[in-house]
Amino acid sequence: MTVTPDIASLAASDRVAGTLYTDPGLFELEMDRIFHSTWVWVAHESEIPKAGDFKTTWVGRRPVIVSRDRRGGINVLLNRCRHRGASVCETPQGNGNGFTCPYHAWSYALDGTLRGIPYPEGYEDVVEKKDLPLHRLKVGTYAGMVFASFDHDIEPLEDFLGGARLWIDRFMKQGAGYPIKVQGEHKFRFQGNWKIQLENTTDWYHFPIVHRSWMSSVDAETASMLSIMTDETAVTHALGNGHSVSVSVAEHADLDVDDGTEKLQDRFGHIVEELSKDMPPEKVRRIVRSLHGAGFNLNLFPNIAMSMSFFRVLRPISVAETEIRHVALGLDGGPEIVNRERLRIHEHFQGPFGFGSPDDAEAWNRVQRGVAGGADMPILVNRGLGREKPNDFGQATSHATDETGMREAYAKWKRMMTDAK
Amino acid sequence: MPSDVADTAVVDSAVVDAELPLDDPRALAAVSLIWREAHLLDARRYEEWDGLWAEGGEYVVPIDREATDFASRLNLVYDDDRMRRMRIERLTGGFSIAAAAAARTVRSVSRFVVTGREEDALEVCSAQILVGYKREDTFVLAADVTHRIVFGADGPRISRKIVRLVNSEDTVTASGFLL
Repeated sequence: MTVTPDIASLAASDRVAGTLYTDPGLFELEMDRIFHSTWVWVAHESEIPKAGDFKTTWVGRRPVIVSRDRRGGINVLLNRCRHRGASVCETPQGNGNGFTCPYHAWSYALDGTLRGIPYPEGYEDVVEKKDLPLHRLKVGTYAGMVFASFDHDIEPLEDFLGGARLWIDRFMKQGAGYPIKVQGEHKFRFQGNWKIQLENTTDWYHFPIVHRSWMSSVDAETASMLSIMTDETAVTHALGNGHSVSVSVAEHADLDVDDGTEKLQDRFGHIVEELSKDMPPEKVRRIVRSLHGAGFNLNLFPNIAMSMSFFRVLRPISVAETEIRHVALGLDGGPEIVNRERLRIHEHFQGPFGFGSPDDAEAWNRVQRGVAGGADMPILVNRGLGREKPNDFGQATSHATDETGMREAYAKWKRMMTDAK
Repeated sequence: MPSDVADTAVVDSAVVDAELPLDDPRALAAVSLIWREAHLLDARRYEEWDGLWAEGGEYVVPIDREATDFASRLNLVYDDDRMRRMRIERLTGGFSIAAAAAARTVRSVSRFVVTGREEDALEVCSAQILVGYKREDTFVLAADVTHRIVFGADGPRISRKIVRLVNSEDTVTASGFLL
């Protein structure tokens, strides 16, 4: 293992060392100091709406279960039996009364309490069940987003999210009066370091280049909506704590604001017609304006992005491999025709057969391969430094094609990697 | 997008044998078409592949292997004629870096079973094993495939193809090719 002694020197304000993508020692430290310490997104509440609902996922490299108990509480539990270490659940998503280890049938309640040990006489005066619940993580929720942390003394989630909360609230407005729900997800891996993806969410610089084939496959109105290279209203803000937001469609940044001048896209004509049968025109307009999602990509350090109409979740597998999930969203209780259209929009871009994701994955893999060419050569994240200025909130702000968001993420990375407890 | 299509091909499962009925010349014609399709896809001759489809064809790679109502859930591929042709344009147009660096593939399709018969159509299930290669990495994708082959004046054409990957609910890594 090669642990570089001086981590601080690896990340300057405008560049980072290529070893950040390639050093297995740094990766191990990242797991401990970032993923196993900070708030990590694990679920959206719509994935576990009812008592007994659960899903399995990961915090860093550790397997966890997210469950809804009988009292409605959300639990995040280490998916590891307290006896001999077997995982107690391998079902991606489901509903049950609890979790039973397949090895010796130790059984746990939805909140992780150890309920039963078979043939308990062997444990008389040895084990007290109350001492051996599934390991619990600290849980925080904001606007339906569920986060967990192994650090029970961590700062409150609201403080961690800080300046990002406004944008989370705005993101949820694409529900157009309905709560947001998860509608499924695409899942793929790329051969590259997790931070390559982390950088990408607020990187509009790559969009017209990497996604040219997608741009040429959509209608002119959608392509025009995302023609941001020369759009001065397309800006990125550094939100603190490693978070950033990149606004691509300024008129959709707050979907409640509508001056009435925007023409609804022709491609949604059939939806307007269908909804108009039993909905007032202003509600139809509100829903259809939200069909592409919010007009921005919000990147929350370290593992979740709220990108226009979907969530992007990253899971580090190893220093050179990362799993990506693109979570499709819909309107809970909303019109079926709208939710289907949103699924089709998601399929068009996302996933291993989408018109966008495979090109991203190719670019990211090329970064990982190229960076092997010189461990000491820096990765440049200095685009826009000369035009970056604070906005009214004091947040560093620049054009959406600039690398302000990456600089924010790496500043947080540096603090977490060097402020080890 | 394709409308919801009921499973029209399965007419009477009690009557339908899980065998390739060699006495039905249409079965061999269908298998021959499916093999030709596999050949064209491996060769990335997508324009010719498009010519194998009947008008109104439905091409689906679902995530949920049990799904029959594809429209109401998220799929990996859910194409009508328009979307399939855009997909071909993407793969051949020269603007996609993933398509330009597409994995090389060799697939075999076998274990043919006729699972539905109609006057003008057969439903054929098969196993597809695809071996892909890209940049030092060789990988396997396995799938249960269902074709609905219609027999019209132009000969057999694909009217529906559903590719159920064994790992569709887990991570699927594909690069620049079609199943």
